[in-house]
Amino acid sequence: MILIHKPGMLTTIQDKGRYGFQKQGIIVSGAMDQTAHRIANLLVGNSEDCATIEATIAGPKLEFEQDALISLCGGEFNPSIDGHRVKQWCPVIVRKGSVLTFGQAKNGCRCYLAVAGGIQVDVVMGSRSTYLRAGIGGKDGRGLRAGDRLPIGTPASYLQLYIDEIKNKSFISLPWSVTHAFRTKVQNNQPVRVMISHEYHLFSKKSQQAFFNEPFTISSQSDRMGYRLNGPTLPLAEEQSMLSEAVVFGTIQVPSNGEPIVLLADRQTTGGYPRIAQIASVDLPIFAQLKPGATITFHEITLEEAQRLYMDRERAIKHLTRAITLQYQSRIR
Amino acid sequence: MYFHLSPLGDHAIVIELGDDINETVHRNVQCVSHAIEQQSFEWLIEHIPAFTKVTVLYDPMKTPYVNAHESPYEIVSKQLIRLLRTVKGSKVTRSRTVEIPVCYGGEYGPDLAYVAKVNHLTEEEVVHIHSQGTYTVYMIGFAPGFPYVGGMSERIATPRKQSPRLEIPAGSVGIAGKQTGVYPIATPGGWQLIGQTPLSLFDPNSTSPTLLQAGDTIVFKPITRQAYESYKEEK
Repeated sequence: MILIHKPGMLTTIQDKGRYGFQKQGIIVSGAMDQTAHRIANLLVGNSEDCATIEATIAGPKLEFEQDALISLCGGEFNPSIDGHRVKQWCPVIVRKGSVLTFGQAKNGCRCYLAVAGGIQVDVVMGSRSTYLRAGIGGKDGRGLRAGDRLPIGTPASYLQLYIDEIKNKSFISLPWSVTHAFRTKVQNNQPVRVMISHEYHLFSKKSQQAFFNEPFTISSQSDRMGYRLNGPTLPLAEEQSMLSEAVVFGTIQVPSNGEPIVLLADRQTTGGYPRIAQIASVDLPIFAQLKPGATITFHEITLEEAQRLYMDRERAIKHLTRAITLQYQSRIR
Repeated sequence: MYFHLSPLGDHAIVIELGDDINETVHRNVQCVSHAIEQQSFEWLIEHIPAFTKVTVLYDPMKTPYVNAHESPYEIVSKQLIRLLRTVKGSKVTRSRTVEIPVCYGGEYGPDLAYVAKVNHLTEEEVVHIHSQGTYTVYMIGFAPGFPYVGGMSERIATPRKQSPRLEIPAGSVGIAGKQTGVYPIATPGGWQLIGQTPLSLFDPNSTSPTLLQAGDTIVFKPITRQAYESYKEEK
């Protein structure tokens, strides 16, 4: 079990999301930074589908009530165990009774804690992701609170060998980690690659130019559902009303006030505003790590490039999965 | 049957079947959804029907490799076009009818009097008009199982409240402009509330978690407060 001492700002249980029910109006939810969530799982020998704990901006304080193999991936949070700094993006063995604290997010704003065996809350409609508004998934459909105890699944049997090595230390970081190529690191004026959408031509020429030539800032009115952007307003060439239709992760829609909203993990399934562009899947993890106040610029790429970049990254993650498995197995003869 | 495909980012394709809400386009949307459900494309994640479009979500990593020049989008488009050419739109008219019992007025429908006043009707007339209609569920969106419904008489159309309520209880039946609908979960909202159903429209533990689906026909049946309460107790 993991015992929550302090919940932090917004700490929820997430996995890859609740797919298959959007036609019934059920939102996807899931980890905002899917890459960090998946790699956190891979580092502890889990399948990518296991649930992790997503910390936001100010992370939680929690205690391991059993020996465990963990990893911390995503934004830089300066985490420590029993007062000693602990590395991110690498597997860490923790002893029963150890207490993990997160600092404030230094780079990025979401960090994923994976535990070998996964966080074993109930599966609701095929997923363990927390859906706050409907109150389902995760821990009782809500953010974590002090006193919550979360069950951990059984780790892959070959990992027990590692976990047993902990003995008297409070934690041991294994001597290998994920290369920087996989680590989401937000830059100043973060470039974000997009494809123009079907309704792009409905926007005025001035809006189209401003969208690609001027920077935008993430507004303080931003959450897991969507980020509002401050910057130039983006009016349509002439007013239009649209019928509601499906939207997806990374859709940039523009309500009649001209202020764009980027739809994220907790977006509604459908929307009725014109869409100016769509963030390339490969850039969604970095976008989801942006804090309010961060500035971004949009850059156009083609659909073909977006799909090629996405597939290149997926292949790289497959290689990483094999490399991690080999690392673990090299110690077992 | 008219259709037009366009991409929505690198993981979705939008099938456009018309540009106006009407029965023909709605039936075509239903036929296309049905045809997609019958297939087992390896790349298919899910599909989302709306008023005039069906959006298909796919995994570019799971599209069959054809050659280095064909993108996953092109491969999925070709397979969808092949499927869409076989779909005979408009013909299939089989739809479920779902009866929704409603306790109108009183504490369950705090805005019934207002809806009556705005339309120069009595409360009884509003209830009669609302419960005589047959309604089509065009699509589900906004919240789990929340139906976008067509078919309400304009005689009871009422503008939204000026300032939305912070919480509308689950099961509330309301009117917003020319639309009527039922709230499956408690949520903030600006609809005029005329009644409440004891039915649960969203049950995450059920095999079919939402009571309503796109394509359903809805009829509202007035029930007494007593019937409402005994229904709630049985549950």
